[in-house]
Amino acid sequence: MSAMLPSQLKAKNFAGYPPEARSLAVAHLDLLRQLPLILVPLILREAIAYDWRFPPERRELERQLAYLDGLTPPQRDALLSGFSKLTLSPKLTAGDWIGAPGIFSEQLSAHLWATHQMDSFRAAAESYANAWQGTQTPATPAVRRLGIVVLGQGVEASDYPLFRKLRPQGTLFTEVDPAYGLRTLLAAVAARSAANPQPYSHWYIDGGAAEAAGAGVTSVSYAALQPVRKALLSRMQRVIESGSGGPEELRTLMGQTNPSDVGFASDGQDAVLDHFQLSLLTEGSGTQIFSTTFAQWAARETLRRAQPATLLVRFAPRERQQPMNELLSAKHEVTEVDPEGSLIDADMAAYYTWLNQQRLSGADQAAFLVWFEGHKQAVAIDPSLPRGSVSSTPANLHQILTWIT
Amino acid sequence: MPLRNLKTASPREVSAAVASSRREFLRSAAGVAAGSLFSFAPRVALAAAGVAQPKAVVVTFGGGARDEETFAPEGQENIPYLVQTLFPQSTFYAQVVNKGILGHYVATASLATGVYETFNNFAAVSPHNPTVFEYFRKDLHRRASDAWVVAPSNGFNRIGESDHRSYGAGLGAGVILPKHLLASSIGAGSTDYGHLLRDSYEAPFYTPELAGNEVEMQKLKELLKLSVDDFTASARSLASPDELSVYIARRLMREVAPSLLWITLHDIDIAHSGTYSMYLEGIRRSDRLCAEIWKAIETEPEYAGKTTMYILPDFGRDSDSDPGGNGFQHHRTGDPLSRTTWMMVLGPGIGKGVVIDRPVDSIDLVPTLGARLGFSPRFAHGKALEEIA
Repeated sequence: MSAMLPSQLKAKNFAGYPPEARSLAVAHLDLLRQLPLILVPLILREAIAYDWRFPPERRELERQLAYLDGLTPPQRDALLSGFSKLTLSPKLTAGDWIGAPGIFSEQLSAHLWATHQMDSFRAAAESYANAWQGTQTPATPAVRRLGIVVLGQGVEASDYPLFRKLRPQGTLFTEVDPAYGLRTLLAAVAARSAANPQPYSHWYIDGGAAEAAGAGVTSVSYAALQPVRKALLSRMQRVIESGSGGPEELRTLMGQTNPSDVGFASDGQDAVLDHFQLSLLTEGSGTQIFSTTFAQWAARETLRRAQPATLLVRFAPRERQQPMNELLSAKHEVTEVDPEGSLIDADMAAYYTWLNQQRLSGADQAAFLVWFEGHKQAVAIDPSLPRGSVSSTPANLHQILTWIT
Repeated sequence: MPLRNLKTASPREVSAAVASSRREFLRSAAGVAAGSLFSFAPRVALAAAGVAQPKAVVVTFGGGARDEETFAPEGQENIPYLVQTLFPQSTFYAQVVNKGILGHYVATASLATGVYETFNNFAAVSPHNPTVFEYFRKDLHRRASDAWVVAPSNGFNRIGESDHRSYGAGLGAGVILPKHLLASSIGAGSTDYGHLLRDSYEAPFYTPELAGNEVEMQKLKELLKLSVDDFTASARSLASPDELSVYIARRLMREVAPSLLWITLHDIDIAHSGTYSMYLEGIRRSDRLCAEIWKAIETEPEYAGKTTMYILPDFGRDSDSDPGGNGFQHHRTGDPLSRTTWMMVLGPGIGKGVVIDRPVDSIDLVPTLGARLGFSPRFAHGKALEEIA
């Protein structure tokens, strides 16, 4: 394929895009023609999935394109000069950056590392992002955000120093009544959903099998995705056994996998959620194998992409990684789980979930709660609570939620 | 600069702050008197040591560990041997910056050549610049058995020898891939052992073809006086691939006693699976194994008193504060913390309990080895570290 430049783009080049993505690209054709080649596939990577994006992602892409459209050509050239200075290989420029911008992006990353241009790219990207975001007024969320993490399922006692990273941010409660704890938290999520019904605004992610969630709550669980995980691993295994399965081939395979290929309902009733769940398994490392990794990554991606008002993440014990000597002894039990290791995984994941929530608008008013399931310890973070404090006052989770929401 | 303010700092400031944090931690954790930290005379000490036929053991972590889990106060519980046993005997470089590609094979190859290699991390290629093993053998007229690499995965099978036209074929190091040997010994194809023997945590479903200078079981049997049965029996008593690597390395030290031995540990890189507890276990195991290697050096007659050990991660991991990454899991953002690491050096003539916090470069290792062992790494880009060279 000969190299194509953005200035040569035509509407027919987007014929293979899903309907809404095609309309978006064609509507901004003049803009795309004027952008540096390196930037266009990065924008198209977002645009090509527009039909399956969450509302905040759609708004962000639309605003970004509107911002670029609103600049004069000299302003745009100055803003994007960092991208224009980067050099691309003939192979990259000749690739199908219109039809497969995701693959271009993967190859671009390898090229930038190999040619020592990654730092320049990061600088150009940060400069551009700062300029754009500087023109945007962060929308105050309609509801104060609430993040909840439940961890430690299956752990009777532990010496691990839980919540080390979160305690300085809020109050450690040491006498929490654990009775009906999970039920209380699920009810709180359902109540928030009922009071503020917005699509994909209230989430429940479970690293095991999900409990019943309220109406309007988007629910994702590791157990429910088991058939999809098995189908995906089987597809990967086939490529490897074919002898042509290098990392690039596998990434391409993952990127080209559609929800219907791995067992999602083909009627597309909730195509947005199907695509999101598939992305958790194809783009996340370790999510296919370890439930704790799945839950952490799902929470991260939910916060980054859906920017929910409410998020409840519950961790379950993951499969135990058996040491080499046990594997070689052939006495191993494949389905054995590791509650203690999972507790440590989830403790760090809780910290990452809070960090990711703090990256969203309204962070200064956001509330966060992490609870050691079935136990008396919890940390609550809220502007109304003193940081780095300890409360030994007996309380139940309903009371703590009332204090922070 | 407090680490909490790093988000607004320049990359150089971040690296400097990390170095300062490591220095302060080591000062307090190891109980080294402040006055001893910067008071030493390396060249004098090296000359006084008067070491003939010096040896070198290089230990790299092919899976970086972050300060939060190691040299920061909250991480010290994970590295008791490095801090309490090895640091007081070492010179510690607190700010080693890797400016190259953050993939384990290509980064380790860069450490071994002294040049930032730019090939595809997952390609089955040799380094393009001469390796430390080639310089060592050619300049010093050493036999093939005097330079060895023990590496974690098939992807490292070509690291012993470059494709440089002035060096290359026949001048490199032998490469032992213990996991590959174990797989061939126990006949583990795609059965239960696949998870254990997988080649790379970064690309866990990918196993590159072997076509390098690696040693097969029959040769190993002759070299190490180790039968297949003994090898597999030993493997059954060890908990991880890195323990297997160190077992092989110790056997190599006893039976062959190479003057230049390079060991790459890899268990830490389980972090790519996203399981924090396994990542911590990998750090603790690496910490313990480093102490075991040093103990072997001190107790093996061929090594005691004339061997310098270099311990360094190939690079770091992503920071928690970079939204483009996912914290400890990967090393993809290229942020300053993922590029800034450390090096610990122990041996004759090396200052003890010394911290050097000026920035040095990952590729300074080969010139430093050259200065200490007596060869000329003429194509390497780094500079010999004056404090220990």
